[in-house]
Amino acid sequence: MKLVDEFRDVELANRLVAHIHQASHRNIKLMEFCGSHTVSILKNGIRQLLPSNIEMLSGPGCPVCVTSTADLDKIIALSKFPGIIIASFGDMIRVPGSRSTLQKEKAQGADVRVVYSVLDALQISRGNPGKKIIFVGIGFETTAPTVATALVQAEKENLQNFFVISLHKVCPPIMKTILELGEIRINGIICPGHVSAITGSYPYQFIPSDYGIACVISGFEPIDILQTVDMLVSQIENEKYSVEIAYRRVVKPEGNIQALRLMETVFELSDADWRGIGIVSGSGLKIQKRYQHFDAESNFDIKIIPNSEIRGCICGNILRGISTPRDCKLFRTICTPEQPIGPCMVSSEGSCAAYFQYGVNVE
Amino acid sequence: MCLAIPALVISIQGEKAVADINGVKREISLQLTPDVKVGDYVLLHTGFAISVIDEIEAQQSLDMLRQVLEIS
Repeated sequence: MKLVDEFRDVELANRLVAHIHQASHRNIKLMEFCGSHTVSILKNGIRQLLPSNIEMLSGPGCPVCVTSTADLDKIIALSKFPGIIIASFGDMIRVPGSRSTLQKEKAQGADVRVVYSVLDALQISRGNPGKKIIFVGIGFETTAPTVATALVQAEKENLQNFFVISLHKVCPPIMKTILELGEIRINGIICPGHVSAITGSYPYQFIPSDYGIACVISGFEPIDILQTVDMLVSQIENEKYSVEIAYRRVVKPEGNIQALRLMETVFELSDADWRGIGIVSGSGLKIQKRYQHFDAESNFDIKIIPNSEIRGCICGNILRGISTPRDCKLFRTICTPEQPIGPCMVSSEGSCAAYFQYGVNVE
Repeated sequence: MCLAIPALVISIQGEKAVADINGVKREISLQLTPDVKVGDYVLLHTGFAISVIDEIEAQQSLDMLRQVLEIS
């Protein structure tokens, strides 16, 4: 595939690995925030290629995994209202809330449909005027503009039966939270490539400025990630920290202006509940008053019973980078991709699923 | 979840386009990338082009990397 295969070149990868070995002397910890990076790093065996003084950690960058049990319970409660169709991305339907999953509700008669795009949910609304369609809006800045576009479109068409529960989250505040928690000393951050395609590089400036931490925006192919690690090592060894873009073919410093404008039109920053972390101020996107008639939380009286987190599951610690799936007693024993207990095993981009699939030799 | 893949824009009609994704053709939305032209590669995420991929930049960054790492 063009623009993919070139970034999987083995000779170039070997040279990059050799260069990293040559240049890296300090014991450092690098964290990737994005679940797609976690998968690529494990799938391509990148951890094993790096020198032992570089430790790679995974952060809270899988939107399915970071959705709190309380928010899942809200979605499940919505699926029980009469005349409702829930439209959701596939991974979400298997994630356990405190007592059920969307999949279990579907088995008991709820109308839950898996969609590839929010546009499919709009299409379901047009085709089912007698039903109310609720789209489960999860995702970071990459996905939020697509949902904003759909809401503007729904307004244009005066669709009366389309709703969104907005559980969208934004990255910089949670990065700040992880750094503020100080549970781990991170020396460099691999910033999310597709989030940055929308936001640009400016929102990360606080990372080098306020924390003296290296920061490089990366693509997802092996060459992209190795180049990013090489750039991070160079920043750290030279003690010159800045936000650099390794993924220049996609990410511009100013981001995608059109997408940012649409997001600002429809959403505003709000508090959001993160699994394992709790409420983080200004880290969520809620639907603005102007579009409130599409907001599922404003239009349905959602009642949920206070929840408890899943017993024995350490997804929360894994999302903060302080534990790995190998530290979890449930991992590979009773928690597997076929029978997931925690969300990090449900989503293919969750750390547990990625470790299960590719991480056999990763210590 | 933030997964996105390159797609080649074959034809454009208003805010929609037909794109070739490694041999598979499907309709995509250009609402987030209004400046796309036929022949551009875009990054496709959940049915939307979210960014135009800069092919020249892609080649230049590979060339530069090879130069720095002294691969002829």
